[in-house]
Amino acid sequence: MDNLTSYLIISAILFVLGLYAVMTRRNGIAILMGIELILNSASLNFVAFNRFGGMTKLDGHVFSIFIICLAAAEAVVALAIIINLFKNLESVNVDHASSMKG
Amino acid sequence: MSMSELVFIFIAALTISSAFWVVFSNNLIYSAVALLFTLFGVAGLYVFLFADFIAATQVMVYVGGILVLIIFGVMLTNQISESTVTQTNRPRLLAGVIAFIIFLMVAYISLTTQWHEGTVQTAEKTTTVIGDMILNEYLLPFEAVSLVLLAALLGSALLSRKQHG
Repeated sequence: MDNLTSYLIISAILFVLGLYAVMTRRNGIAILMGIELILNSASLNFVAFNRFGGMTKLDGHVFSIFIICLAAAEAVVALAIIINLFKNLESVNVDHASSMKG
Repeated sequence: MSMSELVFIFIAALTISSAFWVVFSNNLIYSAVALLFTLFGVAGLYVFLFADFIAATQVMVYVGGILVLIIFGVMLTNQISESTVTQTNRPRLLAGVIAFIIFLMVAYISLTTQWHEGTVQTAEKTTTVIGDMILNEYLLPFEAVSLVLLAALLGSALLSRKQHG
């Protein structure tokens, strides 16, 4: 159980579920949840490779911290945009935000 | 089968099943609660990888910050009287097929590639090493991340203030 491949499979499942959510959901907040799943899977991969890949230091952990920081920044800006969208269009459906479509 | 293997299987099953619930639930509140369990499960996997600092950061930033923001967003953007927040998931079958093909590709690559496996790291103090690395090799990315956080703070404040005129 405690080997690299099991972590890679778990992270692949999380990534694919996030991708499916981004492709099918039309609600902006649900899309944001899918993106969080994708970022978590990438971060899990970094830490797993750091442990099993023969690293002498903790580069994967530092990358994982950067990913968590960027995820926080991204969530804040995305929610501000979604709430503005709701104020202007009375809807969080991303398909309704098509006024710039040619 | 040892105790730690049982706990690992339990945590992995919790993570994956609640991630499925996040993706397939029709009620956004249920999705947010399932996301809570997924994030806790990933924190447990970090503990299994001896990444104690990352696990604590995950619980504090994701569960304490991002998840609360997401639940705020869900509450603010739908009417309370509306019990279920419906969302039309249009091209479901095509998206499912594409996602499954990508999963097969990634799983095949993970299973067949001969990864460079060296000595497996064991439990040690991670915080001193991480602090040392952030202030030496990763000083420039660290400062860049602080600028990004400042820009996100200003940008979200600008986006969410009341418009003039």
